[in-house]
Amino acid sequence: MARGRIIFFLVLFLFVTVDVRGDDRALKKISFVPQWVPQAQFAGYYLANERGIYKKYGIDATIIPGGPDNPSLDLLKNGKADFATLWLSTGIQMRAKGVKLINIAQMMQRSALMLIAKKSSGIKKPRDMNGKKVGLWGPIFQIQPKAFFKRYNLKVKEIRQSYSVNLFLRDGVDVTSAMWYNEYHTILNSGLNPDELTTFFFHEHGLNFPEDGIYTLEGTFQKDPDLCKAFVNASIEGWRYAFAHPEEALGIVMKNLKKEHIPATLVHQKWMLARMKDLMLPQYARCPTGRLLAEDYNRVAEGLLDNGLIKEIPDYTSFYWKCVPNVEK
Amino acid sequence: MLKNKGIAFKLSFLILMSSTLIFIFIFWYNYRFSHQVIVKNIEENARNLAQSTVNRLDIVPRTVEKVPQNLSYSLEAVSYTGGELIDVLRSLVENNPEIYGAAIAFEPYAYDRNALCFAPYFYKCKRKTEFTYLGDESCRYFYADWYQIPKELNHPVWTEPYYDEGRGNILMSTYSVPFYRTVLGKRKLMGVVTADISLSWLQANVASIKIAQTGYGFLISKNGTFVTHPDAGLIMNETIFSVAEARGDKRLREVGRKMISGKSGFVPFKSLRTGKKCWMVYAPFSSSGWSLAVLFPQDELMADVVRLNRTVIYLGLIGFLFLLVVIVLIARSITRPLSALANATGDIAAGNLDIELPPIKSLDEVGKLSHSFGDMKSSLKQYIEELTETTAAKERIESELKIAHDIQMGMLPKIFPAFPNRKEFEIYATIEPAKDVGGDLYDFFFLDEDHLCFTVGDVSGKGVPASLFMAITQTLVKTKATKGLISSTVLSRVNEDLSLDNPSLMFVTLFLGILNIRTGDLEYCNGGHNPPYIIRANGELEPVETTNGMALGVVEDFHYKSKKVLLQKGDSLFLYSDGVTEAMNENDELFTEERLEKELKLLKDKPIQELINSITEKLRAFSKGAPQSDDITMMRLKFYGEQGR
Repeated sequence: MARGRIIFFLVLFLFVTVDVRGDDRALKKISFVPQWVPQAQFAGYYLANERGIYKKYGIDATIIPGGPDNPSLDLLKNGKADFATLWLSTGIQMRAKGVKLINIAQMMQRSALMLIAKKSSGIKKPRDMNGKKVGLWGPIFQIQPKAFFKRYNLKVKEIRQSYSVNLFLRDGVDVTSAMWYNEYHTILNSGLNPDELTTFFFHEHGLNFPEDGIYTLEGTFQKDPDLCKAFVNASIEGWRYAFAHPEEALGIVMKNLKKEHIPATLVHQKWMLARMKDLMLPQYARCPTGRLLAEDYNRVAEGLLDNGLIKEIPDYTSFYWKCVPNVEK
Repeated sequence: MLKNKGIAFKLSFLILMSSTLIFIFIFWYNYRFSHQVIVKNIEENARNLAQSTVNRLDIVPRTVEKVPQNLSYSLEAVSYTGGELIDVLRSLVENNPEIYGAAIAFEPYAYDRNALCFAPYFYKCKRKTEFTYLGDESCRYFYADWYQIPKELNHPVWTEPYYDEGRGNILMSTYSVPFYRTVLGKRKLMGVVTADISLSWLQANVASIKIAQTGYGFLISKNGTFVTHPDAGLIMNETIFSVAEARGDKRLREVGRKMISGKSGFVPFKSLRTGKKCWMVYAPFSSSGWSLAVLFPQDELMADVVRLNRTVIYLGLIGFLFLLVVIVLIARSITRPLSALANATGDIAAGNLDIELPPIKSLDEVGKLSHSFGDMKSSLKQYIEELTETTAAKERIESELKIAHDIQMGMLPKIFPAFPNRKEFEIYATIEPAKDVGGDLYDFFFLDEDHLCFTVGDVSGKGVPASLFMAITQTLVKTKATKGLISSTVLSRVNEDLSLDNPSLMFVTLFLGILNIRTGDLEYCNGGHNPPYIIRANGELEPVETTNGMALGVVEDFHYKSKKVLLQKGDSLFLYSDGVTEAMNENDELFTEERLEKELKLLKDKPIQELINSITEKLRAFSKGAPQSDDITMMRLKFYGEQGR
């Protein structure tokens, strides 16, 4: 049965590719919204669009810049976008709430969320955090830290923090939440050296919550599964292209950020793109890009359940609809 | 390398090299010293400028800080109603021109148990004071830096610069002071009082800093974020650390870390704008901890020194060329006469002493050399002329001596066998003069049919006088020896004549013998000469008995006696001069009578001529090239009797 499915998908994939290349006029219009501003975190999608990779797959894509004014979840829910990126935990939470969205590709395989402390505050090991002030973001970002505190039996003073790292830099908190590809680099570029910091990567502490994935509504998939598969595969190709041509990718990222009037630093975007490569193509990759492993799904879902963010774990098979072949090309 | 070059080249090369080295050293020292002095001055001025600018700019935030601080004190002490709070806040904003906006933000439900947020805010907009409440549904201020940081730190802070979006979009920074109230014995945070300042005046002030053509100032916040910079793209976008990362400049990062840690300094720096080498001075704001940096472009500030140095180099080059010309001229003036002299010397060496020396007027060493050279030339010429004359004279004398020698030799009987038709005896003699004309003599002649007279003699001294004395003696012997006389009589008569007129006090030793060739009777007289040897037929060697005669020419009336000896058939007589026994070798050893006797015994049976020649050979071999000191004369007379051989 499994083998039959593989062959089916392979044939389907070939068919889609050949079909797309055959006729330019048959482009299907779609819209896509990443969950944040057009930074290097989403370089692959922008590159796939600007370098004609979506067109090659028969797609005429429009990318809506995400961000605080355009929450990707809302746009996906109300049908203003056909595809969106979301965190896996957000996706599961929404599915549990009854939103009929599905994961068609888990792009990031590793969690970038981390805790950072200054060595000067005396924090070198997890247990040093006892009694210290730890800055946490919103509920979705609290699952891993809370599991971490539980695992190491820590009693910390949780402080709700904003996305600015200044509270941490001014010693308002001893430990801060950070994304490896973003805030960590911001801290380095505020004058702290890596050797002055203690870092706690959740994926190194058995709390790997894969993050960005591509989502669509069940209905969209049912209407045109080939389109979804084509979008996923084109997006993966866009990412490969971005990693192979970082200068070109950064050029497009900077251009788009400027278009949105978002202050941007090239070195920061460069750092972010390099980290994306680490997160999407981990050296110890257990599966092809785009796959969501059941064990990862269950770990995240159980974390959500433990924190009361969901009441029951949605069915994995109805949540993840595989759009990539089992074997890497 | 220099060995083969001329003096002019060596002189120019070495002097120019040395002066160039001296110049380079002086230039280098001057450059370094002036450079150090100027850099020191620039550093001093830069530090003063930065500090005074910071002090001046810091007055504003320092003044502003007091306003929310005072308000927080009164909020802690007095309970205001809502309306009163708003009035206080309005007058605060309206009466403080430096303050752009001010708020009192309360903790959740702290002002009103039913209201989550309460934060009245006045701000200036187009010269009017506007009012709003902060903290609507989408924007909770509790997590904003201006609220949360002072809350967590429990002390007032200046925030990082930020854009006040929505209300004029100006760049500002907020000073937030937390205020407390004691509730049930516990000091509890009630909220924060804030005062915003617009940073445009700060930007304008820093932008007005201009050093030389391209020097500028910039300001970074506590995080290293550019607050002002001539490159607007950096402002609020990049930090000094992101620029360091982009440039791969670890030193810039270190400078940035010092700047944000409140230190001041003066460091070399590459301009972010022009890429030029600069010095950068930085100093911190005591209020916000931000850091002002001012760049001093090195090349522009050093332009005067560089121009001076360039001029010095040009002057040095001109001096070098001038020195080159002067040295070449001097060297030429020395070497031109020298090489002319050298050419002339070449001609003189080739033998042309009549050549004119090049005229040299100068009185320096070269002039003296040339003068001495002229003297040398004329002395040489004179000497050579004299030498030529002397040589000619010497040659003439030599040729005359040769003639004298020839005449002397001609006086001696030289044809052997001398008496081929006489079988009773054989005679042979040789003479080898030490100089061209010698003092030895020998002779033999018949007095009558049966009597053979023979002599061997040796004149004192050598050369021409000796030979002349010898010629006289020879002639006297020949004339005095007449038939019937005995040998002593002949010697006495010769002695008388020689002694009569002998102003030079010369003398001669003479042996004279008269042999009866029939009987073998030998009658002889010896005037001080070496006694001859009789070689008997049986081989015995015996010296001829002496007659105690004196050398001739010394005592006028000396009475000579003669003696007789009988020669048997086969006996022979060997006569010689002292040149034989006194022949010397290189070690000044004499040949001696012993050696002569030994040789005679060995050679006794040889024919008479061969014996003498053999002894001559032996003498030559003995003296081995040592110069012959005396005449060598030998004679052998062998008696056979009437029957002949």
